[in-house]
Amino acid sequence: MTVKQYKEVLAKPLLEENPITLQILGICSALAVTSNLSVTLVMCVALTSVVSFSNLFISIIRNYIPSSVRIIVQMTIIASLVIVVDELLKAYDYETSKKLSVFVGLIITNCIVMGRAEAFAMKEKPFISFLDGLGNGLGYSVILIAVAVVRELFGAGTLMGYEILPLVSNGGWYPANNLLLLPPSSFILIGLMIWGIRAYKTDQIEPNEYKLSEHATAPDMSKRELNV
Amino acid sequence: MNDSVLKTLSVSFLVCLFCSLIVSYAAVSLRDMQNLNKLNDQRIKILKTAAIYNPDESIESQFTRLTPKFVDFSSGDLLDSYGEYDLNTYDPVYFSKQPDHSTPIPTSKDIAIVKNQENIGKIYLLKDASSNLEKIILPIRGYGLWGTLFGYIAIDKDLNTIKGLEFYAHKETPGLGAEVDNPKWKSLWDGKSIYKDGEVEIEVIKGKVDPSNQMASYQVDGLSGATLTSRGVTNMLVYWFGESGYKETLKNINYDS
Repeated sequence: MTVKQYKEVLAKPLLEENPITLQILGICSALAVTSNLSVTLVMCVALTSVVSFSNLFISIIRNYIPSSVRIIVQMTIIASLVIVVDELLKAYDYETSKKLSVFVGLIITNCIVMGRAEAFAMKEKPFISFLDGLGNGLGYSVILIAVAVVRELFGAGTLMGYEILPLVSNGGWYPANNLLLLPPSSFILIGLMIWGIRAYKTDQIEPNEYKLSEHATAPDMSKRELNV
Repeated sequence: MNDSVLKTLSVSFLVCLFCSLIVSYAAVSLRDMQNLNKLNDQRIKILKTAAIYNPDESIESQFTRLTPKFVDFSSGDLLDSYGEYDLNTYDPVYFSKQPDHSTPIPTSKDIAIVKNQENIGKIYLLKDASSNLEKIILPIRGYGLWGTLFGYIAIDKDLNTIKGLEFYAHKETPGLGAEVDNPKWKSLWDGKSIYKDGEVEIEVIKGKVDPSNQMASYQVDGLSGATLTSRGVTNMLVYWFGESGYKETLKNINYDS
């Protein structure tokens, strides 16, 4: 393994192979925890550390994991790491852990963690697996932070709790967009990001799974065959 | 040869053993700190209920403004001591689970599904600079939809007007029942009255309160989509301000002042 390969493993998931925008994984937490930037940052640190270390540990014992129980072994390691992270949060950052509530626990079911363990760590050496986890965690973080900045700034006029755009309700000039504080707004934002990234990197565009047929004048519905 | 039965069992066993050691170590070594956080969070809620919370000041020093008192639920008396227990660390919720210190509530009376009530409760008095009573902070709890809601309610020195309501633990649905934590909804409680002719009339109604209604000062807007949580909040207020709750205690406070 060369330094160049290490760099590639670390950098690719940031944009080119981003777990959220290309693989569309880990969407549910991206919707749930992005209304407030400081909470989002804690979630990103939590997920990045879980995915990095689960990759590391799974890769260390990859040659000893029987294939018949490999998913359970992976889950055991991931779940243990998540519990440790959750306990640490409850001890050192109680306020944020209360806001994140179940979403820290739900990192266990985050598809990125499981996906990287199965797709990468089961085949590669420990150090590069760790970097792959780190890269994917950071790729997830980049998107989450971007979404959170837009949602908090335009939804509540603040960033990290500090007022940036003075709200009309507090005597300022900015009327808050309440839609951005609701989870569906992240769908719209992530959709726009995917559009932007795929317009720039056209190789990410997936081929259509179907093709529209030629439109003939007034199709004869009675002759249409049912495609059962 | 990874897939032999022996190997499968031994690898699974070792992974589980190792993971459980790490998890239990983390849980045990961090427990004290987590408990302190929980206690402080509860204290912040009490201070918030009393509307004297200041995030820049230490919780301990702010807490000295409150005078805790034991409450004997059978007589309604305020006590300064109860057996060997320390007034500052006494936890009524813990003692409600100890058979020697609690009484099961008969099902017919248990409208808030509290199940066991501690014999001796604990309330806080907030006094002003010249030690006149300003507010009383009472712990309340009752069943919502998914579990018991634990909270505090502050009432004014007239012993009838609500000054604040906070919940420190509940299991309600986020976005629906969990809106009991919504500052807007909590602010609706300020100034509402509890008793009318000696009966508890305060109620979380369905929909919005009509201000022209003569009962409007006894009514609070319901939480939309959370009928059962709203009903649970009403029930717990009716229970804790009723005969088995603080009704007698409040009368005693009245005579004292």
